[in-house]
Amino acid sequence: MCGIIGFIDRTKSRMDGSSIKAALSLMNERGSGDGAGYAAYGIYPEYADYYALHVFFDDLGEPKKKVDELLQQSGEIVHQEEIPTTPQPGIKKVHIPWRYFFKPSEDLMSGKMASEKDVVTYLVMEVNSNVKGATIFSSGKNMGVFKASGWPEDVANFYRIEDYKGYIWLGHNRYPTNSPGWWGGAHPFNLLNWSVVHNGEITSYGTNQRYVEGYGYKCSLFTDTEVVAYLFDLLGRQHGLSYEMVVKALAPPFWDDIDRMPAKEAELNKAVRLTYGSALMNGPFAIVVGTENGIVGFTDRIKLRPLVVGENGNRLYISSEESAIRVLDPEVKKVYTPRAGEPIIGRFIE
Amino acid sequence: MTLGSVPSKFKVSIDRDQCMDCGRCIENCSYGVYRREGDKILIESRKCTGCLRCVAMCPRDAITLTEKPIDYRSHPLWTREVREDIIKQARSGKIILSGMGNARDLPVVYDRLLLDACQVTNPSIDPLREPMELRTYIGKKPSKLNFRKTESGDVELETKLAPNLKLNTPIMIGHMSFGAISLNAQLSMAKAVTELGTYMGTGEGGLHRDLYPYQDHMVVQVASGRFGVNIDYLERGAAIEIKIGQGAKPGIGGHLPGEKVNEEVSRTRMIPVGSDAISPAPHHDIYSIEDLVQLIRSLKEATEWKKPVFVKIAAVHNVAPIAAGIARSSADAVVIDGFRGGTGAAPKVFRDNVGIPIEVAIASVDQKLREQGVRNEISIIASGGIRSSADLAKSIALGADAVNIGTAALVALGCRVCGNCYRNLCPWGIATQRPELVSRLDPERGAVQVSNLIKGWTYELSELMGAAGINSIESLRGNRDRLRGYMLDEEMLKILDVLPAGA
Ligand code: SF4
Ligand code: SF4
Repeated sequence: MCGIIGFIDRTKSRMDGSSIKAALSLMNERGSGDGAGYAAYGIYPEYADYYALHVFFDDLGEPKKKVDELLQQSGEIVHQEEIPTTPQPGIKKVHIPWRYFFKPSEDLMSGKMASEKDVVTYLVMEVNSNVKGATIFSSGKNMGVFKASGWPEDVANFYRIEDYKGYIWLGHNRYPTNSPGWWGGAHPFNLLNWSVVHNGEITSYGTNQRYVEGYGYKCSLFTDTEVVAYLFDLLGRQHGLSYEMVVKALAPPFWDDIDRMPAKEAELNKAVRLTYGSALMNGPFAIVVGTENGIVGFTDRIKLRPLVVGENGNRLYISSEESAIRVLDPEVKKVYTPRAGEPIIGRFIE
Repeated sequence: MTLGSVPSKFKVSIDRDQCMDCGRCIENCSYGVYRREGDKILIESRKCTGCLRCVAMCPRDAITLTEKPIDYRSHPLWTREVREDIIKQARSGKIILSGMGNARDLPVVYDRLLLDACQVTNPSIDPLREPMELRTYIGKKPSKLNFRKTESGDVELETKLAPNLKLNTPIMIGHMSFGAISLNAQLSMAKAVTELGTYMGTGEGGLHRDLYPYQDHMVVQVASGRFGVNIDYLERGAAIEIKIGQGAKPGIGGHLPGEKVNEEVSRTRMIPVGSDAISPAPHHDIYSIEDLVQLIRSLKEATEWKKPVFVKIAAVHNVAPIAAGIARSSADAVVIDGFRGGTGAAPKVFRDNVGIPIEVAIASVDQKLREQGVRNEISIIASGGIRSSADLAKSIALGADAVNIGTAALVALGCRVCGNCYRNLCPWGIATQRPELVSRLDPERGAVQVSNLIKGWTYELSELMGAAGINSIESLRGNRDRLRGYMLDEEMLKILDVLPAGA
């Protein structure tokens, strides 16, 4: 189960979090009150050049000291604060959500860590696997993830989600089977500007995990969705594949279909399957990924989980349920269900 | 002879009430256990190897075979086998030869690994109703792809793919040479792999002309003796395998007894009739990894870089770094042969004591190649004691791309694993060159049996994958998350990188 939702305004006109909360709450039948979360892009314009690191601290003593030290060694913190929250009866505050606005220092960028993003990726992996009591759960620029254990309304009210305005929103209503109770296990999963909401289970997880770990990513959040963010980062950023090509690698056409394609197209699809076989994702899933340039939605190759698309002018909606889209936009024009494995991409208009 | 005789291994008896005196046992036993004297069939049990040919051919089920009818006084340390080996060597002063794979009663890791299936949270996939993809490509793969935009705005592939073998099922048949086995045995398997869209190895014995029609499905082998190797041979194969070592006898060369070298074998292998074909332990042009790299390149040059080149090594303690070295060459696949791998003839001390299990070797090779970022550079083919579709599925989940079977294919042809392959008397027409025995094996029927076996395993693999919610073999490969260890110790679980059952 799980309910997911994705929204983009292609002109970057921003929308506050209240309607996404309403839409997500409508799908409560798909959740169990054990986890919900939101990702919003465009919310920190004043710090647009800095990485917004959202961290769950178990306490503000030792774990925070370690993270502070690590960040100070690796760059500059221009601002930090506790993420504002309002207590909710339905939410037990087991972690203290914190945010840093951070810029990695140029001195570090050499060899394997050639860019800011490599440094940030390294820091995320380092903290999440080696600093006890601290988890960086969001590390993009001008964006942030807000998540906790609880029902979508409670999580939204807890983080005062309506105070944020974004041009991309992702929402997730969780029915956990893997890791209930743990805030880090709620969606969206994020690395850099990649955020993932996912309904389903990845039966190829072991293969995908071994594959990304070979490239220095560490799966430390006890749930399969995490690996999708790393796959997008590896293929989309490090290998420079287009979103269409990333989706082709993760949910490729069947060999029977490839065999029927014209020679050149068949060759290309074969190359993708041979090269990225370990990135192929199996099992039932519907996924929406938020990125620097837009959103990408897709399902597994035989569409074992629902996904509906709605369009209205410059706005694109992707969700598990049509009803959720209609709550977000009662005027929605075109509503349709994509084919299995077909990528639905919403990009900003330049 | 002060040592006297040792108890015979089998006791053969005929139920005289059942026996109709047809004499088929006499005809079928190539080891000469039965003979007719007057109107009676006499039995010389001591000669029996337990090949079960007579039992299978007796129309009245009149024959009974008892193993170890007389045994030694039992002792946990000084077992029958230990004592017999000592007696044999006290007599001969020689190395003890044996056939087939490791015969020691060591725990089988495969049997302590359990596969996963879906319940509720993810649906299983029904292979009868949904596509199930087992197609496997063996060869080098790029670690990333580059594309370019054409003038018309289309996306085009820039990266060039290396030649790969396309397998419809991840099961191949390993190398068993013409000489070690009969032409009919090779023909049976060649017909089967061609029909199924997979491959088999020629072994170090050249390619008999009768196999030319199937050459597109044959991997030719270059081993240390270089028997049968010339440019025509290399060009005929779909791929070339350099054999460095073999699981049954790591560190030593091959041995084909002269009895098996008849006219045809001699021509195909390019050696004199009746001579023992003894391959040296190392290749005399490979004394280091650089030398291997050169040989790989020479073979590729010779065949214009059109054919994948595999390197076969025995699974020894250091198998992972060796495989990593091979991955850095232009080799396309590494074949790892575990210590249970079969053979026509090997010194018993090697067969039973040298090497490591294939399960462990796959796990550590896959891990090492990933750590070094070269897993995509090379395919892993696992062999050595793969007995069932479950072993196959577990091998792939541990990280293999495909497996080679050997003994299993022979059993499909009739082999009863009696272990006397080196004597040229195989009553099933498999490990022999005697025309009257070879003719017992009909290649048409043999082909059906072998292909049935591979088909059966392939169906079972599809079902296992479907039950695990996986519809493409790529997603099983290296998916150790879908394996659990049962009654394996902590260290072993760590090496296999598998959780214990219940975790
Ligand atoms: S060697 Fe084979 S055929 Fe001969 S008696 Fe023994 S089992 Fe029967
Ligand atoms: S091939 Fe023949 S001789 Fe060898 S083990 Fe099998 S039955 Fe025995």
